[in-house]
This record gives sequence, structure tokens and C-alpha cells, in this order.
Amino acid sequence: MTRLAEHELLRGSLDHCVKCTICETACPVSNVTSLFPGPKYAGPQSERYRIADEPTVDASVDYCSGCGICSQVCPQGVKIAELNAQARDQLKRQHGVPLRDRVITRPTWLGRAGTPAAAVANWSLGFRPARILAEKALGVHRDAPAPRFAGRRFSRWARTHTSPAAARRVVYFHGCGTEYYEPWEGERVVAVLEHNGYEVVVPKQDCCGLPLQSSGLFDAARKTVLRLARALAPYVADEHTIIVGNATSCTLMLKREAREILELDDDPDLRRVSERTYDVCELLLEQHARGELRTDFAPLHETVAYHAPCQQQGHWIGKPALELLALIPGLEVRELNARCCGIAGTYGLKAEKYEIAMAVGSDLFAQVSASGAATVACDSETCRWQITHGTQLPSVHPIDYLYRAYGLE
Amino acid sequence: MKRSQRDDVIVIGAGTAGLTAAIRLAEAGASVRVVARGIGSTHLAPGTIDVLGYAPGGEARVPVRSPAAAVAQLAADRPDHPYALVGAEVVAEAVAWLREAAANGPLPGYRYAGELERNLMLPTAVGALKPSALVPETFAAGDAAELGRVCVIGIAALRDFYPQLCAANLRAAGIDAHAASIELVLERADASMLGLARRFDDATWRASFCALLAPLVRAADHVGLPATLGLSDPHAVLSELERRLGRRVFEIPSLPPSVPGMRLYEILRQRLRAAGGRIALGASIVSHQRQGERIASVDAATAGSETTYSADAFVLASGGFHSGAIALDSHWVTRELVLGLPLQGLPAASEPRFVAAYGAEQPLARVGVAVDRELRATGAANVVVAGASLPGAVPWHEGSGEGIALASGYRAAQVVAAELGAGIGAAA
Repeated sequence: MTRLAEHELLRGSLDHCVKCTICETACPVSNVTSLFPGPKYAGPQSERYRIADEPTVDASVDYCSGCGICSQVCPQGVKIAELNAQARDQLKRQHGVPLRDRVITRPTWLGRAGTPAAAVANWSLGFRPARILAEKALGVHRDAPAPRFAGRRFSRWARTHTSPAAARRVVYFHGCGTEYYEPWEGERVVAVLEHNGYEVVVPKQDCCGLPLQSSGLFDAARKTVLRLARALAPYVADEHTIIVGNATSCTLMLKREAREILELDDDPDLRRVSERTYDVCELLLEQHARGELRTDFAPLHETVAYHAPCQQQGHWIGKPALELLALIPGLEVRELNARCCGIAGTYGLKAEKYEIAMAVGSDLFAQVSASGAATVACDSETCRWQITHGTQLPSVHPIDYLYRAYGLE
Repeated sequence: MKRSQRDDVIVIGAGTAGLTAAIRLAEAGASVRVVARGIGSTHLAPGTIDVLGYAPGGEARVPVRSPAAAVAQLAADRPDHPYALVGAEVVAEAVAWLREAAANGPLPGYRYAGELERNLMLPTAVGALKPSALVPETFAAGDAAELGRVCVIGIAALRDFYPQLCAANLRAAGIDAHAASIELVLERADASMLGLARRFDDATWRASFCALLAPLVRAADHVGLPATLGLSDPHAVLSELERRLGRRVFEIPSLPPSVPGMRLYEILRQRLRAAGGRIALGASIVSHQRQGERIASVDAATAGSETTYSADAFVLASGGFHSGAIALDSHWVTRELVLGLPLQGLPAASEPRFVAAYGAEQPLARVGVAVDRELRATGAANVVVAGASLPGAVPWHEGSGEGIALASGYRAAQVVAAELGAGIGAAA
């Protein structure tokens, strides 16, 4: 299928829109700001006025955060968020891309630059005058949550680590957050997988291109995700090896978004990788359903709040992390009932969108405080950084609780 | 390569029928997963439980006074009607259950009012009076039998509610009604029902709204407002308005999104969560595997590749024509699209599929998944059918959609629980 045909297929889903407004009830952004008129307006309604090569008449679609909840709740299967992402790409082509969007959407550049100079980089990220300068010069909000460089890379650890040979093998896709900012999360994922009888292979890999895509830089996003697909595909050439990731938005990019939004459904490498990719909690829950997950959990006597990120919800598999956490004796899990933390990857970093992102997240932050939990479990790293920014509480991947309950510390 | 999950029961559909069945089964100890393409009917319907507004077959549109009596009569007269399959007793049990679920739900103090012995007659957005058995407490004061002088309030920026139209039609029905509008300064040129409801959640905004409203309603005993009285604490909003205005206040439903319907969804969803049930939204069911007369598993089009959900029993609550689960194609062939099950109530091949008369009963109106007396799908013994997927009713004529959804969802759970018996919880 050509890319145009794929686009027309996506567009064809508009005909199923009955204007029921269910998407509007779920949109985190339009419920806090009038700058974004809502998914129905920006999507199925405005799309009729978008004509190839003609100027975009309405720029409000840039305020869509790309969280994807509209497509998830639509009872008619309309690809609302996907079309809005494409409209944003068109908008950027016509109106140009700010330098900021070229920089903050490349975690690999940032990570490679920041890691060797972590002390200096981290200091400047916390240094007010530097942040004000970055806001003025680049448009990155001075208060936006900025992760700290770990100063070491996960892949370095992985190279020195030998995973014990086992009957089942998984390929670990760790993503940039684990690589540059939270390498310990990757070590824990590997330990939990090995504990459950997997041999873990860590191929050389790079960014999935999601930040580029969600900022509307589709050409660069396509190059990036295809490079990753080429790197991973040879590892799943057999019939059974799977890929597992802990960065839920990046695994969703591989599974669905690159195929639909970037219209790369025809690429055989990406398809194979997409079909084989699992979210780590999804994989472990599937193993549990087969009665094969180890449940030698020691009790954890504490309370944790759990937030399912929008991008995790985009896998359309419910909340596997919640089901896994429920297996740990003693652990009190409070499921939060808010839609979104607001950050949406890089959305909440942008100076003109920071306040919106914080307003979106305010409901979640209030629920965290009311929950009495000392930590928040969440499957996406950018969401975790935003939650910590909004609540001052630590936020970790759900896998951390399994890691501790298994006694792997 | 397919992903896989296993549960006791998979419920297909997240509307009132599916959620009711899922909750009842989860509370009986089964491991239950709701799999649905999106959110269901709750957000589109007014949030009332209309059990039976008009008895089928009658010439004139005379509203039913007692749904309890009329349901029993209907069950006797029309053995194919969902109420005949479910039984009047189960209808009453299900209604009592929903009242309890709302009272113990996440919205403090928010209750459902009304009873099966008497329909309430409540103003719609166009000022017609609609019979409902069970209604949110925020609607109750609108019952025509109790209405004194009514002031119907509109908000100038609200595009989905016209108080003059509503009041004029209420007057035509013999109710002493007049209209008034409030000018609000809003960020946007227009406002939606949902946008206003979020404003009502804010105590400061509410107080200033009451200050604007008070002078307009001096001549009235009752104040009708578009159904926007908050999402998080509607009981408190209603109490505060009635206290500040010194008058009875009621909500009038209008175009979607339905704020009272969203409250109902929240009541059901949180009840399901508390019972340990799970919901996976977003993926459509695209295929299934059979073992003889049973469905062994269904495949959902989850991200990346399909997920196979295996279960001992399935509840099909995916809706009828309007949700897209049953479709008539351009060759005039009617199909159930989720599990490919046989349909019932189809006109013969030589008969018309459509009549060109507005408001007339359409030949396809009673089409639904063919079922036995226990709601089991023909040809799929472990699939129990509920809600708008069922044949034999014309909900929009009868004023029975939510009642059928609630009662058949409740009944479906009984049938499945009896079948699973000692096996309940085996997959948990």
C-alpha cells in the first residue's frame, strides 16, 4: 500500500464519526484550555477543510498533546489522534519548525552530550539563570521537569552483564530514558526477566523517533524509527523471540504509532518488530495467565499509587501493571482515576504549553496527595518526571516493586 | 504471533449492559475482563433508567403509568421481548441493585430516585414529557405531577439548550412555564454541557452563578437547568443551588455528552474496579476460535498484533445497529459483526428492509442476536447476550433501552454464574 493509500484509509475512518462527543469528554487538554478546541473539532470536523498543499486554516491542532485518549475511547474506531498528528506535521511543514523542537526531540543527541559531562549538565539544569536563558533563547519552560543525567549509560552495563542461558530468550528494548537517565531501571527489568526464566539480549539500539513524531517532524521520525527497526529485526527473525520494553510510549511507537501515524505499515522490518514487541508488564501478565510467572514475592508493607499513562492505555490492553502489583502480598495499591499527567513526552517542556500541562496534571497531583501513598508507580519515564515535579514524591516503574518483592535488590 | 490472556469471563462492550454483567460476575467471584472498542451508551443517553415508557402495540402514544405492571403485561403478551426472557422479577431486582450501586458509589450522597410502580414524567430539552422509572436525584423535582410554576434557565453561550423552546412546549402541556437566560462571560464563544458541568464543580464559580440566577427565578417554584450540575459532586451542587435559591431545582438533559450519563459510567466503572474486574478499551474484536458449539476465545486488535482472550463464558453486550455491532450492508444483508452469530427478527427475503415513513416501526427494528430463553446465543452455548444486542424490542419507541440494558446485563450475569458454578475464580 502506498503512503497516500494508507493516509486515505486513516482518513476514511472519519466517515464513522457520528459526532457523539465521547472523545471530548475524555480529552485532557481541551478540558483545561480554550486554546485547543477538542479532538472532535480539531479532528473529524477540521479534517474536511485540510486539502493537500493548501495552507492550514486553523493552527489550534498544535495544542493537541498527542496523548491518544480520544482514539481509545471512540466507540466507532475513528483515528482521531492519528489524524491530528498528521495535521500537525502538515502545519510544521507550512509554518516551519522552531529550533527548540529540533533539539528536545532528539534524546540521543542530548544523552550523548550530557552523559560525559553529567555533573555540569545537571548543575545547569538546576541552575535558575541557565533555565531562564534556555526559556528565552529556546522556549523550554524554566520550571519544566528536566531529568538528571545518570552519568553512565545502561548499554555499558549491559555489555558487561552476562545473562544466564535459558530456554526462552527476549530482546530488551530499553529506550533512551533508561539509557541516559535511569540505567538502574533497565538493570531491574533485566533482573526480573532473568528471575522468570528469560535470557535477556540487549542489542545495540537507538531512539524510536516518538519525540520527533509528536512534535510533527515526520521525515526525521521515519528515519529514526526505521533505523531502530533495522537494528531489532534480525533478533526476531525466528518464529518465537519477542522484544520487551519498559518505556511504554516507545513500545507503543514500535507497536502501532509508527505504522499508523507515520504510515510505515508496509515496512517488513517494522511490521515484524511491531508484532513482536511487548510492554514488560504485558509480557509478565501473559506469563502469569499461563501459570508460569514466579510468585515467590516477599511482602511489601507499603502503599503505592498507580497511574496508567495515556500511551500505556494506547496499547489497548487495559492496565497489566495494576494486575501485577496486585500479586504482591502486603502492597496497598491505589489506582489513580485521573486521565493524564500533562507532560505528553515533550509537550509540557514547551514554554507556551507548560501551564496547560500543569493544569492537565493538577487532578492527578491532587489524587496522589489524597492517596496517602509515598511513591507513585507509572510505566512512562516522562510521566514519572512530571509526577515528581507536580507532587514532590518519587515515581518509579511498576517493575521496581516486583524487583524488590522478588528480593533481587 | 498473538498475545494472550485468560479469564473466567470476557464481557464484550462497556455500556450499561456490559458493565452491569461484569460487576455482578466479578462480585460473584469470577475473574472478569471487559473488552470494548470504546466507551458505550452511557455518555450518550440522558442517565435515566427508562424501563418502559410506552407499551408496544397500542395505537395512541399513551405513557405507561406503572412500569412494573406494564412490564409484566408485556412479558406475557410478547414472549420474544427481552423483558419476557428476563422476567419482571429480575427487572425489579436489577433496578433495586442499581439504586444501591448509585447510593454506595463514588459520588457522595448522589442517589437514583423513583420506583417501578410509577413513571416520572420529566421535561426533555424540547419540553416534551418523557416517562422514566429511575432517575438521578438531580432530575427528580422535574416530575410533571409535582411541578408548580417553572422557570427554565438557559445559558446564552450554551449551543445545546434553548429554554424558550422548552418552556413553550411545557406550556402547551399545561405546565406554567417561562424561560430566562443568563449571560456568562466564558473563555470561549460557545459552551458545551460538559464544559459547564466542570464549572459547576468549582464552588466559587457556583456561588457567582447563583447570584446571577437568583433574581431571574423569583416568580418560580421550580427551576429547570440544563443537565450540567457537576461531575464530581452533583449532590452537593443540587443542595447548594436549592438552598441559595430557596426553590426546587432540577436538571433537563440535552445533547451529548450527557453529564448524568458520565456520572452513571463512573458509578459502574468504579464499582467494577472495586470488585476486581478489569477493562481494556480501544481494541475491536476481529475474530474468534470455536470448539464445537462453544466459543473458546476471541481476538482483539490490540496494538502491534492481536490479543487472544480465552474464557469459559462470554457476555456479548456490543450493542445493535447504532453501535455498529449489527450492520445492514449495501446488498441488504444484515450481519452481527463481532462473533458472526445468527440473527433473529429479520424480515423474509421478499419483504422490504426499510419503509419510507418517518417514525414508523422499521422492519429491521427488532433484529438482534438469536437467543434462547436464557439469553444464550443460538449456536454458541457459552455466549450470553445482553442489552441492545438482543432482539425483540424497539427501545426508542418503547422508552425501554436502559431498562433492557440493566435487566438483561443483570440476568446475563446470573446465567453465566450458574454455568460457571464451582469453576468461578479458577482463572483468577
